[in-house]
Formats: sequence, C-alpha cells, structure tokens
Amino acid sequence: MTGLIVYFSSASRNTERFVEHCDFPAHGIDVARIPLGANDAPLHVATPYILIVPTYGGGDARKAVPVQVKRFLNDPGNRSWIRGVIASGNTNFGEAYAAAGPIIARKCGIPLMYRFELMGTARDIATVTEGVTRFFANTPTNTTDIRSSNPTNPTQPTSNPIQSQDQR
Amino acid sequence: MAPHVKLIDRVTAINWNRLDDEKDLEVWDRLTGNFWLPEKVPVSNDIPDWRAMSDAEHTLTMRVFTGLTLLDTIQGTVGAVSLIPDALTPHEEAVYTNIAFMESVHAKSYSSIFSTLCSTRQIDEAFDWSERNPHLQRKAQIVLDYYEGDDPLKRKVASTLLESFLFYSGFYLPMYFSAHAKLTNTADVIRLIIRDEAVHGYYIGYKYQKGLEAAGDAKRAEMEQYTYDLLGELYENEVEYTHSLYDEVGLADDVEQFLHYNANKALMNLGYPALFPAEICDVNPAILAALSPNADENHDFFSGSGSSYVMGKAEETDDDDWDF
Repeated sequence: MTGLIVYFSSASRNTERFVEHCDFPAHGIDVARIPLGANDAPLHVATPYILIVPTYGGGDARKAVPVQVKRFLNDPGNRSWIRGVIASGNTNFGEAYAAAGPIIARKCGIPLMYRFELMGTARDIATVTEGVTRFFANTPTNTTDIRSSNPTNPTQPTSNPIQSQDQR
Repeated sequence: MAPHVKLIDRVTAINWNRLDDEKDLEVWDRLTGNFWLPEKVPVSNDIPDWRAMSDAEHTLTMRVFTGLTLLDTIQGTVGAVSLIPDALTPHEEAVYTNIAFMESVHAKSYSSIFSTLCSTRQIDEAFDWSERNPHLQRKAQIVLDYYEGDDPLKRKVASTLLESFLFYSGFYLPMYFSAHAKLTNTADVIRLIIRDEAVHGYYIGYKYQKGLEAAGDAKRAEMEQYTYDLLGELYENEVEYTHSLYDEVGLADDVEQFLHYNANKALMNLGYPALFPAEICDVNPAILAALSPNADENHDFFSGSGSSYVMGKAEETDDDDWDF
C-alpha cells in the first residue's frame, strides 16, 4: 500500500459512505477508521495519512471537531503523521460550513485539501479519489524515507503551531 | 384530519441520563443551542431597502414568504407532531417537540417581517394568493397526505423532503436579495431558519435510516423506489411553482439549479446518492456565498490552486478536550 486515509464517521454514516464510494483500497491506499465509542481501543497510526472528518455543524465552533477526532489528534504520534485534511459539512450552516477542516488545518499546520457536503456527490468522490491517489504517488510515505529526508524530529514542523495555538 | 393523527399509547418518564441513541442528545443540544427569536434581528433596518424596491419585487417577496409560512405551519402543527408516535426512543419524541415548536417560530417570523415592512392590505393579498396558487396548495396536500398515512418510514421521507428540498424555491429569493445588498436583515432571519431546517432534515433523515435498518430487503427496495418517486412528483410541481413565481423577474432558471442542488442534499440526508448531475446543480456563486460566506473559497488542493494552502482563520476551540 502506498498511502493511508484515516476517517471518522458518526452514526449517521455520511463520511463512511463517502469513503466507501471512493474505494481507496482499489487505488492502493489503506483505510483506517477512528473508533466511535469511548471504550473502543484507540487508533494508533505510524505512517503519513490524510484525515477525512465530518463537522458537527450549525452551532458552537468549539464543538465542530468531533470529540473522537480530537482524542485521536491529541496523541502526538498520530498528529505527527497527518499530511492533509478533507472536511465535510453543510453550506446551510453558513460560516460554520465544514468548520472542522480549517480548525484542524490550522492546529496541525497542514493544508485543508477539500470540502464536500454530507456524503459527497459523484464529482466529489472522483476528485478526492484521484487527488488522494496522486498525492500519495508523489509523496514518500515510507517511514524511513520521511526520516532520512528530514533528520530532525518529524513531529517538529507541526508541533510549534499547535503549541502556540493551545497555550491560551 | 383529527381521526388519523394518533397519539402515543403509553409514556414513561424520560431519563436523559440513559440514552439509547446518543444522536438524540447531540441533536437536542444543537437545536436548543441554536434557539432564536425573530425579534432579536433588526428587520426594521430593511425599511429603506423595501421602500426602494418595485411593486413586482414586493409582490414576489410576499408570495414567497407566505408560501414558506404555509410549509412551516404544516411542519409545526402536523409534520413534526405526526412523527412523535413513530419515535424509537423517548428522547427522539422530545427532539420532535423542539422541531415542532421551532417551525412555529419560523412561521411567526414571516409575519414579523411582514408587520415591519408591509401594509395590512399587502399582507392580506399575499395570504389570499397562497390559498389560490395551485402549485403551492398541491405541494401542501402531497405532504399532508403522507403525514396522515399509516407508514412511519414514508412519513419520514415526506418530512425530510419538506425540510431539505421544498423550502428552497422560497429560500432562494432572500439569498438573491442579500447577494445584491438588499433586505440583509431579513436574510439574516432566513439564514437562521435555514440552519434549523438543515439540522431537522439531517435528524429526521437519520431516524429514517435507523428505521430502515430494521426493515427487510423487500421493504428497503420499496422505500428507495418510493423516495425517488415522491421526489420526482414534488420536483415536477416545484418547477411549476418556481416558474409561477420567478418567470416575471427572469430568475426561474437560476432557482432551478438551486432546487437540483438541494434535492440532492435531501436525498443524502435520507442516505441515498445524489440524483441530479453536477452540470445542473451549478448554483449561482453569489447565492452560495449569501448562504455560506466561505463556501466558494477554493479549497481544492488537488486541482493545484495556490489558495488551498491558506490555512483557515483562527477558530475558538474547546481547549479542555483539545489539549495537545
């Protein structure tokens, strides 16, 4: 496999359906799901990945990122391997549309790659499948490759903006 | 209608500390957190804009808003209430009571806008029109028939299509005016309504999908076919309604794109794939921007556009559970 998608989906299953429709394994990309339940074994990741995340929209921005996703990203190991975020939402929520995307992009210092609504349209699915496949084809995903090209602590580039954000 | 709307048979004291479905509390919190009243929005600041608008624009606006009032009235007094006996959990029942109440707030907010901007004669004429427009009456009747029917799943489909599709021929107009810097306070009221309807459509659609999980393959296939058939029936009527309103101002084609876009989202709320292809869901960017100010920012990293690297502006987040 040449890449990894990590996603979260609530009981509404919108994001789950989107990820299924993208059929990443057929493009050589692994898929891992952040568990829904508080008592489920936590997910640990040690390879570069793109995160696909729904937004709890329409209300308080502090609640926009699902708590399970916050828990996953609070693990410094998990956080060090994130390379991009794709966020879903609903334009009916106005400024809060897909708000989880820019929040995570800023906290982790990575690009917001794409936004889509609900379970995504055929166009969204095609764009993301193709874009993610191309991204991983052009990105060294092997652990040793990353470390040899970046001899300093791989978490360093992302940890600074996070800390400056969070020491309020 | 009274003989058909049944009440729940037995009630147990609701215990919010023991949840069967965490979605109920999540949506309850979201809906109550979003609570608002039209009196909080300074619609009177729109009076100068209103006075500068043409008679045709006045008539169109008032017809659109009485049409929306009728749908909100149906949803508040029949639609959301009719879902209560079908609820799977006591918390779901409580959420429907919130939805029903907010629909009544929405219906009243149009009257609040009217009393601020219009004369009594204009108001009476618009309500009279809403009783006579065959397309508006037809859409009300189609939905009411399903609310009074005996199939809980079909009621939820009709309700989700109302929340997520049938309102949008009307919602288009205040977004259009807002995009042209007219009636912007009125548009703020409508945006609050749109935000609520999005949660309602999401929740009722979610409960539909939960109900469908318990159904057999034959019922599931029947419901999918039924959903697309009902959408088709409502869509045809909606196109005629749109032309009856917007032909005079030349906006009907633009509204139709918006209808396709929202019909797709209504289907997705029910767990079904979008029906209308992207080429005919090309919502006018000004309308989309009026709906969601940052929706047209280019975040398509994959197309190689530079602005995708721009990180979102600082957002307040809950540091307690976001404590790196």
